[in-house]
Formats: sequence, structure tokens, C-alpha cells
Amino acid sequence: MVATAVGVDVPDEMKSRIPVVLLACGSFNPITNMHLRLFEVARDHLHQTGMYQVIGGIISPVNDNYKKKDLVAARHRVAMVQLALQTSDWIRVDPWESEQPQWIETVKVLRHHHRELLRSLPQTEGRNQGKAVSRVPAAVPELKLLCGADILKTFQTPGLWKDEHIQEIVEKFGLVCVGRAGYDSKGYISGSAILQRYQHNIHLAREPVQNEISATYIRRALSQGHSVKYLLPDAVITYIKDHNLYTRFNNDFTSEESSIPERENFFWEELLSTAQE
Amino acid sequence: MESSEKTDVVLLACGSFNPITNMHLRLFELAKDYMNGTGKYRVIKGIISPVGDAYKKKGLISAHHRVIMAELATKNSEWVEVDTWESLQKDWVETAKVLSTQNIYSVKLLLNASCVAGTLRHFLSTSHHQEKLGARVCDHQQDSPGLERPGRKRKWTEQSQEFNQKKFPEPKTKDGPKIKLLCGADILESFGVPNLWKSEDITKIVGDYGLICVTRAGNDAQKFIYESDVLWKHQNNIHLVNEWITNDISSTKIRRALRRGQSIRYLVPDLVREYIEKHNLYNSETEERNVGVILAPLQRNTANANS
Repeated sequence: MVATAVGVDVPDEMKSRIPVVLLACGSFNPITNMHLRLFEVARDHLHQTGMYQVIGGIISPVNDNYKKKDLVAARHRVAMVQLALQTSDWIRVDPWESEQPQWIETVKVLRHHHRELLRSLPQTEGRNQGKAVSRVPAAVPELKLLCGADILKTFQTPGLWKDEHIQEIVEKFGLVCVGRAGYDSKGYISGSAILQRYQHNIHLAREPVQNEISATYIRRALSQGHSVKYLLPDAVITYIKDHNLYTRFNNDFTSEESSIPERENFFWEELLSTAQE
Repeated sequence: MESSEKTDVVLLACGSFNPITNMHLRLFELAKDYMNGTGKYRVIKGIISPVGDAYKKKGLISAHHRVIMAELATKNSEWVEVDTWESLQKDWVETAKVLSTQNIYSVKLLLNASCVAGTLRHFLSTSHHQEKLGARVCDHQQDSPGLERPGRKRKWTEQSQEFNQKKFPEPKTKDGPKIKLLCGADILESFGVPNLWKSEDITKIVGDYGLICVTRAGNDAQKFIYESDVLWKHQNNIHLVNEWITNDISSTKIRRALRRGQSIRYLVPDLVREYIEKHNLYNSETEERNVGVILAPLQRNTANANS
């Protein structure tokens, strides 16, 4: 149904590049065109560097036990992402995180998908058998966390992330942060010893087209009976209507964060919506 | 409120649509929700009227392609459609005239649409930095053989025959649908650009038809209206719709991304993206079109001013 991470056809100029898979974690409640744009922008950016070749993208909707207000059941969120990705030939949804008995930290989701990637490697090599010898042997793909640039800021919020997790993410995996023009991503990196140390592994991409479609905005519009067409794929809108999702919107801003687990739970949606000007 | 007490409204958007983006399509959705939300109006239709090639804007590709893209983009819309009349005119048509023309052929359903279409286009086309100039006004739509539109909307031809005798039909009666020009804030502000718009056209647009302007919250549209005598006078006919999220998907940025080989996915409808790719519509060559050529409205209005 969806292209697997490895096994995508590779243009010659890309052969010597490091293969990369992008992983995005978040609520996707619901997925919007902006989430999808992050992947496109990140891929363009990494290709532009001349060093990387993005061979796949994974969207991992958060577990229901994340307990965020207004979070609809993971099966719906996964289904919506799947519908949104019908027309993408390189991004897929992965329900593993949402199927765990409890909420798990982002670094553990990265570890899981990295293991899976390594496991799928022999296949790639097998595919190449019998091909021209000049062909570069399949390199081990890198798995990078894709997120809004605002995540860098949350790294500095006391108690939100464990230091060793931040270190593992930037040291072992790597970050691709998509930011808006004028956002001081570099300032956040230089303000943190860990980030500074691994800054070669933090890629800052810029969305050339400002387009801030937060899922919160979508839910509010839906609850008011307003149109959300062209903000998310038509197939997702149809699914929302068919399943009667997001008919009510809790407008109580003060309780917005009270149900969020203690650490690290700022994903895109929160990041992007709080940072909007 | 009884729906019979509501005024039916047709939204007309004029512009280059070079290419049409999700932002253009959002303008319609936002305006419709806003107008229906007032309880006084019922939006029954949206019309996209791409400008003709004679507009001479930099980087403007042929109307043929722009119309097809707009049609692909609205394929899944139940209420927005594309009107090709303006795009088929040999000479550039002022927006006010498009409004009145729309009025004519939409009459059965919507009395006032054509002129509005022209007006809207003009507004829309002025809304982006690079795409700054694009005023148009509804002049009379002479009936000419060129009026016949190929393909879509047969009914238009029939209707136009009944109506194209009249130039400038009276805008709207109380009972019939009203056509209003839909635009972004930049177009409103383009009213202040010298020679871009004829002042009588501005008066006609805001006085006879009406304007629905989607603006970023905190934008200066209100102030702009206050500072213009004619806009201030007709402020009841200007609806400002707040857009709470930044949605800056300009056609200029789409073309730039395409020239640079960057993805435009999720910024324009998929069918539009596929069409662009299939026909390789935008590149550094097409961007050079009309370079050094003076925009049609400026040419015309400047000449008139000097004569």
C-alpha cells in the first residue's frame, strides 16, 4: 500500500549519499497539510545538502495514554494519517507507538524504528545482488527525528526532557527541524552545550511558504461547523464527517496543559501553536 | 431566520491564478462561512475568473493552462467554479467590467456576477508583492464572437444572448443574488496604487457590488478603509473577514519553488501539481515572460490620464 522505507528507486546521483528515513512523532489530531509539508520541506533540504538521500518517511501518532485533551482514539488518528498518505509515494504511517500498552518516550520510538530499519537491511542487499559491481553497497540508513524548530526551545524547558534522551536523539539519530523565517533556531543551539556539541547532526530547514495550519485550529473550526477544506486532505475531511469526530471543542485554554504527562510531551502541534505570532 | 429573508450572494474572485493555490481556495471557504454566519446572506456560488493573457504580467503563462488548473482545483468543490469569459478576451478587461459581465450571464441564477468577476480578479491579482499590479474594472462587455466559451458552462452562452445587449446591467435587485468581489487585503490596498484602478471603477465595485476582503487578523485593512473617502463611504458594503492563521501560499512562491526544484506538494491541489509537472509549466524561461512590459491596467490608465 505504502512504499516501504527501503527499496525506493534511487537516481544515480543519489547513490553515494547517506540514506535517511525521517520519523515524525505527534498527536496528529488530526493530521493537516502542514504536517505533510514538514516532510516535503525536510526532504528538499536534506537533498540540497548533497550528502543525504531521503528514502522514506514515517508518521507515528502518539499513544492514547498520552491523555491529551481532545485526543481522539488512536485508531482514528492512524486511519486519518493513512488516508492523508494515500497519494504519497514515500511517507507511511506506523501504528506501533499507538499500539503500545502505554505512552512511551520519543527516544524509544526512535530506537524501535531504527531496529526495524536495520532488520530490513539484508533485503536491500539482496535486491542488489547480481547488479553491477560498481554499485555502492547499501549503506545503513540513518533515522532522523523530524520536528518543528520550536522543539529546540523545549529542550531548554526544565523537567520536560531527560538530558540523556536529548543527547541520544542528537548524537545517535539526528534532528531535522523545520522553522519559519526569522525563527532563531541557531540561538537555541548555541545556548545549549549538548546541542552545540552535536550541531552537525541538527539540520535546520526553512519552510519557504508560511502556512501555519495547527490541528487546534482545525478542531475549533470543525466544532463551529466551519469549512476546513484545503487545510487537510479531502479524504481526511470525509473520514472526520463520517465518524463524527471533533464535534465539540473544549475552549478552556487554562487547562490546556494540565493533562499533559510530565516530560517531553510537546509535539509539533503544541510547539507550532504556541510559537505562532 | 427564514432563509427567504437572506440575500443570496455570489462570490467572484479575479486574479492571475498563475497557478491557483490552496490559499485562493481558502479565501472562498472563509468568505462563505463568514457571510453565512452573519445570518443575512446565503452564499450560493463562487466563481473564479482567471485574467486574460493581455494582462501582461511578468511570468504569466497562457490562460489555457491557468483555466485548466483552476478547473482541476475546483473539481471537488460543490460550489466554486471557473468562468473562462475573462480569460478568453483578447484585450485585458477591467475588473469592474468582469463584474458586470458576470452579472449578465449569471442572471438567471445570479444577476450580478460578471462584473464582479472582473473586479475580483483585479483585486486578487494585485495581492502579492511581485504580482502587485492588476487592477481591472468592469467596462462594458460588448457582445463579440469571442464571448462564446468552449467547453464548460454552455448555459453561459445562452444566458449571455439574452443579456449581452445591455451593458452594465443594474447591479442586483433586492430579490436576485448579489455578486461580490472576493479578495485578499493586498488588493484592497492596491486601490491606493496610482493608475492601477480607475477611481470610478473603485466606486462601482464597492458601491454597486461589494467587497469581501479576507485579511490577516491585526492587518491594517480597517485603517485603509478609514483613510479612503470612497471606501469609507461604502464601508457597509465591504466585509472584512479575519483569517487567524498565516496562509501565505502565493503563486509567486509556488513558481519560485518550482524553479528551484522544491516540492509544492500540499500547497496546491494534487491534480494541479500533477498538471504542472506533466506540462512543465513553470521554469526560469516562463518567468521571463512579459519582463519589461507594462502591465495592461497601468498602460491603459496612464494613457487615459495623459490624454
